[in-house]
Amino acid sequence: MTTPRYSPMVTETERHWQALARQRRLYTGLGLVLLLMALAGSLWFANETNAGKFWDRLPHFFDFFGDMIPRDGWEIWRALFDLESPYADGSLKYDYPVGRVYLSENIYMPEYVFKMIETINIAIVSTLVGFFFGFLLCFLAASNLTTRGWLRGFVRRFLEILRAFPEIVIAGFFAAILSLGPVPAIIAVAIHTIGALGKMFFEVVENADMKPDEGLRASGGNWVERVRFGMVPQVLPNFLSYTLLRLEINVRASTIIGAVGGGGIGEALRLSISRGHEAKTIAIILLLLTTVIAVDQLSAWLRKRVVGEQAFTSVQGAVS
Amino acid sequence: MSAMTAEQIDDLVGRYPEVFNRPFLVRHGKSLAVAAVAVYLVFAWNLFAIGQVFQRGNWDIAGSYLADWISYEVRPDIAYQDGYLEVEFPRFSPLGNDPKPDWLVTEQAEVTVVTTTEAAAPAAQAPAATGFLVPGAKGTSTGFMAPGAATGGAAPQTGEATGESVTTSERKVLPVRADVDMGSGTVLVEPYRVTLTRGAESLVVTAGSDGIVRADRELPEWAIQRREGEKIVAFFGFDGRVEVEEDEVKIRQRFLGWENFVFDPSSAFWNRSFGDVAETILWGERIKPEQSNLSLAIDNFLNNAEWQHGDVYVKLGQTIVMAFVGTLFATAIAFPLSFMAARNITPSFLTNQVTKRLFDFLRSVDMLIWALFFTRAFGPGPLAGISAIFFTDTGTLGKLYSEALENIDEKQREGVRSLGANPVLVQRFGVVPQVLPVFVSQSLYFWESNTRSATIIGAVGAGGIGLKLWEAMRTNADWENVAYMVLLILLVVYVFDTISSRLRGLLIGKGQM
Repeated sequence: MTTPRYSPMVTETERHWQALARQRRLYTGLGLVLLLMALAGSLWFANETNAGKFWDRLPHFFDFFGDMIPRDGWEIWRALFDLESPYADGSLKYDYPVGRVYLSENIYMPEYVFKMIETINIAIVSTLVGFFFGFLLCFLAASNLTTRGWLRGFVRRFLEILRAFPEIVIAGFFAAILSLGPVPAIIAVAIHTIGALGKMFFEVVENADMKPDEGLRASGGNWVERVRFGMVPQVLPNFLSYTLLRLEINVRASTIIGAVGGGGIGEALRLSISRGHEAKTIAIILLLLTTVIAVDQLSAWLRKRVVGEQAFTSVQGAVS
Repeated sequence: MSAMTAEQIDDLVGRYPEVFNRPFLVRHGKSLAVAAVAVYLVFAWNLFAIGQVFQRGNWDIAGSYLADWISYEVRPDIAYQDGYLEVEFPRFSPLGNDPKPDWLVTEQAEVTVVTTTEAAAPAAQAPAATGFLVPGAKGTSTGFMAPGAATGGAAPQTGEATGESVTTSERKVLPVRADVDMGSGTVLVEPYRVTLTRGAESLVVTAGSDGIVRADRELPEWAIQRREGEKIVAFFGFDGRVEVEEDEVKIRQRFLGWENFVFDPSSAFWNRSFGDVAETILWGERIKPEQSNLSLAIDNFLNNAEWQHGDVYVKLGQTIVMAFVGTLFATAIAFPLSFMAARNITPSFLTNQVTKRLFDFLRSVDMLIWALFFTRAFGPGPLAGISAIFFTDTGTLGKLYSEALENIDEKQREGVRSLGANPVLVQRFGVVPQVLPVFVSQSLYFWESNTRSATIIGAVGAGGIGLKLWEAMRTNADWENVAYMVLLILLVVYVFDTISSRLRGLLIGKGQM
């Protein structure tokens, strides 16, 4: 078989393509090498500055899962519902009934259920506050409604700062003034929510249909009327959908803030893990898992009702 | 415009019943929702006792905490003795040992000091001890996270004071008057007599040896006395305050800026101009024979007792590393798993379901719980943070990846398959080119967002700057360190935000972001 003869132009093109492919491969290879070097360096650094070294600690890794097994399966149940434990010896480990929250003479709410409700309420309150202020501010940040550049820029920067400021610092600052508890957690999560929701809201507003607005302007509507009757009806479903998505995130966020002193279930979980109370830990994790899944499902169902399928494409933008 | 007649109205209502007679819920749905939210907020107000918490809040102190972010206080105490004054700066004062600031001028004179050994020893120690006991007295501690150092110095030496009293008198040159310039006012301190001036008003406060503090006239707006005979506190706005007590005057003067940000007073380079420091580093004699001046300067900078630059940078590096490695590992594991979870790529229902439920599990057991777990397993540090981010994000990225895979265009796969490629090659050339930009873009997004979350989970012990931040806040005295770390975090987040959105823009085009 003879090699087919190409015209010089084809050979030239072929050679050029080869060169380009080689260059591309070289860049990909270099990129990968750089990434691996960064990874190796990072891992070394992480291991060096860790309290325990990775290879020393790895064998003990599964000890911990062993430590998580309670004395008997029913202990989890008792911890969850604050029932008397047969192992009760006066220590904190088995004092399940102590945490009962009595609603009346005989009816009580188990401690962890109460704390879970507290955490959910922190999330709901801060989401509502965030919605309220985000709603007020977003129209000022949208370029199709606010023509004054300085005002728009100012509101946008303000929202950015609220979003980027670490929640934990806000929580810590208000904890110093108001003492530890759920209120600093609410303030911290709410401030972050204002920034996050405000940004998403104004993006929705900027993508809205301007025809109703034009109609209102033509019939002499002022700015507030244009927003109220031209904008709000068409953006409200999307706003609600984003708010529900935020609620899911805020349930997690308030759990975390709780763990560093904001009260609620997060604190209970941190304490029980650090004290080595297996049954309590597993009970809380079960409760958290159920709640998080339930909130996710509920919010997904509501969002589907409010805006339809498109609500599910926006997971990415809503995470932080 | 003419008004409509009743018939016309009825006619309209009759023709469009769906507009005028809408069901109750549709008509009042919005008002009901608003009312429900209002009722709920009242309930929440009570549940968290928000009103009470706000009322009991320590709002006076909020201003000074906020001011601490960008300023610092210098806290000399001036104690009255018989005929003379004792000016004492706390140990580890930002002005270094034995400072002579130009805003505190003393007038010296020769006085007779009568010393009774029994009484004198505790008396000399008294200012230092009280200064130490003031809550949140920043000057007395070397800095946050060094609690041991704070207790080191101020123990009164009472050992020699227990003998019988011996009275001696000697002539000494000692300060008898101290002039303090508070910026917006002045304070003139003489033994048992303090003149406070702010603007045109001035106030003379006398402190009797009977332990009673009284002013010569009614107190102006800027001074308060909680109870008759107790200390008088005069406020000079941002410039600080002065507390006149029965045995001493506490000056709390505030200065804008971050004190000793580069070198602390124990450093040889402290309180020297930039040019001077640069000259010493470049050409100067070695300050320590065994170390070059440059490395000494770097050492002193990183080990600055108040700002702890070295430690802060290590912790910040940990946070960055946690986000980077965690996301990278999660991507590496989620990538193959997502092919198993996508039902158009792996036609086995069981495999799809098992992988998808695994993703759900990893995602729902929150990052916090993983962080607490791994902190127990690996000890506090970035390894725990890496693992926590890795576990959570494997779930999240796996879910997003498998959704992207399920939405691919089947034609490319078909084309590759029709050429007789084996299954691996079908995925490599039929699927990966379609989804890779989306995958990488999502990973980049999570890398950036994890840089933020890594700060928070750090506070539960999973390494990084979070814990340091939390500890600095807990002391309530190191808000300037908090400000410093927040600035660094914002900077890092901003830089990664920019890098990640640039890269994403390159990968998937501006329009789709």
